[in-house]
Amino acid sequence: MNIDHWLQNNTFHYSSFWDFRHLLEAKEEQNLTISLCIPTLNEEKTIGKEIVIFKSELMSRYPLLDEIAVIDSGSTDNTRDVAASFGADVYLADNILPEVGSKRGKGENLWKAIYQLKGDIIVYVDADIKNIHPRFAYGLLAPLVYRPEIKYVKAFYDRPLAFSQGIRPSGGGRVTEILVRPLFSLFFPELTAIVQPLSGEYAVRREVLEAIPFPIGYGVETSHLIDVYNKWGMEAFGQTDLDQRVHRNQATRDLGKMAFGILQTFLLRTKALGLMPEIPDLNSTLRQFQVKEGNFEQVEYHIVEEERPPMMEIPAYRKKFHPGQ
Amino acid sequence: MKFSEIRSQLEVYRNAAESIREILLANAVMIGEFPAPTFHEDQRVRFIEDRFSECGLQNCSTDEVGNGFGILNGEAGERQILLIAHADTIFSEKTDHTISLLADRMIGPGVGDNSLGLAVLASLPILLERLDIRLKSNVILMAASRSLGRGNLEGLRFFLDNNKLPISSALCVEGVKLGRLSYSSIGMLRGEIEVRVPEMYDWTRFGAAGAIITLNDVINKINRIPLPKRPKTSIVLGSIEGGASFNNIATHSLLRFEIRSESAEVVHDIHEEIRDRITEMSLETAAEVSLDIVARREPGGIDFRHPLVHRSREILKALHIEPRVAPSTSELSELIRHKIPAITLGLTTGAHLNHTNEEVLIEPIFTGIAQLLGMLIAMDEGLCDEH
Repeated sequence: MNIDHWLQNNTFHYSSFWDFRHLLEAKEEQNLTISLCIPTLNEEKTIGKEIVIFKSELMSRYPLLDEIAVIDSGSTDNTRDVAASFGADVYLADNILPEVGSKRGKGENLWKAIYQLKGDIIVYVDADIKNIHPRFAYGLLAPLVYRPEIKYVKAFYDRPLAFSQGIRPSGGGRVTEILVRPLFSLFFPELTAIVQPLSGEYAVRREVLEAIPFPIGYGVETSHLIDVYNKWGMEAFGQTDLDQRVHRNQATRDLGKMAFGILQTFLLRTKALGLMPEIPDLNSTLRQFQVKEGNFEQVEYHIVEEERPPMMEIPAYRKKFHPGQ
Repeated sequence: MKFSEIRSQLEVYRNAAESIREILLANAVMIGEFPAPTFHEDQRVRFIEDRFSECGLQNCSTDEVGNGFGILNGEAGERQILLIAHADTIFSEKTDHTISLLADRMIGPGVGDNSLGLAVLASLPILLERLDIRLKSNVILMAASRSLGRGNLEGLRFFLDNNKLPISSALCVEGVKLGRLSYSSIGMLRGEIEVRVPEMYDWTRFGAAGAIITLNDVINKINRIPLPKRPKTSIVLGSIEGGASFNNIATHSLLRFEIRSESAEVVHDIHEEIRDRITEMSLETAAEVSLDIVARREPGGIDFRHPLVHRSREILKALHIEPRVAPSTSELSELIRHKIPAITLGLTTGAHLNHTNEEVLIEPIFTGIAQLLGMLIAMDEGLCDEH
């Protein structure tokens, strides 16, 4: 598929979906149900605002969302209480599908949400967004409602504070630009058209979510893109510009851990797809360095990108959502 | 509806307000996150106007000074009740306007003064619809621009000077504090004293000093002005700024102050005295000391026994809230100037008012709304009219 053609036709700006009545009519015509999933771990300061805004704007005023759920990884602050007090359905990830056990990581929550939530479409939104706004959900679900061929809509954020010339660079964060986009350029050139492949906000049809595996750590977004691309091609993707996202900035050292996890996932995917069949066993220890009282010392992080299988392989899921199969 | 019926419905109103909690809080958050320093309230007002439109209000518009309006048409439509909340804040556009929402409170710049007041206005049509209440009077919902500081109530003044619809009575809504009951305005004069040391100043002359020392002398002179105990009078020294660094003698300083008195004559006399002392300072030091008056209010108001005040006290009593009677220098004084019976009510309790960590408690808001709704219905029924 031609990248320019895809950019022209499958890239949206949230403001083009301002007509909520029209969007709601289109949703109801197709008898679609839509769930919002917010994965959390110690987010008591931002979770209340997110829930109140989505509930007010996209449930009470315009019932575009059929449920708002928080899937929590075991917060030690008041995240779950705050979320419940504002009317979200709150689940502890450990309590969902207990027979498959528990793993630690955001991807685990996203994966378990597929079983727990009822929507034909699930919108995933991170909990740490300071400037939360209804656009973070409707901007992503609208392309799925209006365009049946689109299956996976990714957010990107493109709001220059000041720019005087006609052309300006656009792209993602540091890990995207120095790791993921170069890797995509080498192996999956079409995927480079996704402006921010690592953004934590996306909306996906259930038929896709249940069919793809889920790395539980840093690699979940990268893995999704590769898997959806391989199964359904570029035309299955859409991306929506949500203007600006204000959130905590991560330290370079933390980005190192993130890059390490993503690289593991990426290399394993290329091996599985036969693009690089000869990859040796990968080391799972990331080594960073620090200076303590004049001496350099090594800090080791053990980062293993475990993966959950496609949800369709879980018997309890098939029983709940596809009882005939 | 009789007043006793309104009183007996207050709990119902409170519960209905609680049932739209998410809508109310979402409005407060979204309104509060639009910066709205005085003279730059346009984004915030546009949002509120959109809310009014979505609720099907009539005549949703912004006037030429930036006030936002929506009219909730009444069944009879013979009277107009004005509900007003000021849209501006004291915070600059550079301030981080993020609002945090915890289980029991909202925190952020201007959240109590007056995002909450505006949010209640924006949510009121939905609340009335939930309660299936149809008022007889037209209710004009107004987000007033240019109220604070140098705005000097310009928005409301423009509206009242140019409005063609007769207003029978008005309610001013402030986020903080529940129990507040203002029905009178005190005399007030708000000014800035600026000290500038000329570029070619002779630092060797007797008494030469920087702008901060000179302003300090001005403050000492103001402090020596005798204030009467009756009528109640005070001078508030509100803010001060000046200088540039540790080691440079300041060439500029500024004091913002306010004279308040129950007597217009006393305000006038104190103003005269400050002006004279500033002239004296200017001559003594050769620094340029200037006085700029940015706002004035005349004292006045309705009587404590006026039915509007009486009913509001009864409603507060029924809600087990102790009234806190205090005169106002805000929108109320402009309504008084136009001889419109009016009161100011608060909605909830709060803390750190006018700081970036300003906060309001969520739970009392519903009682505050019940109070407001009770008063609105009483006004609509003509139970607050003076006969």
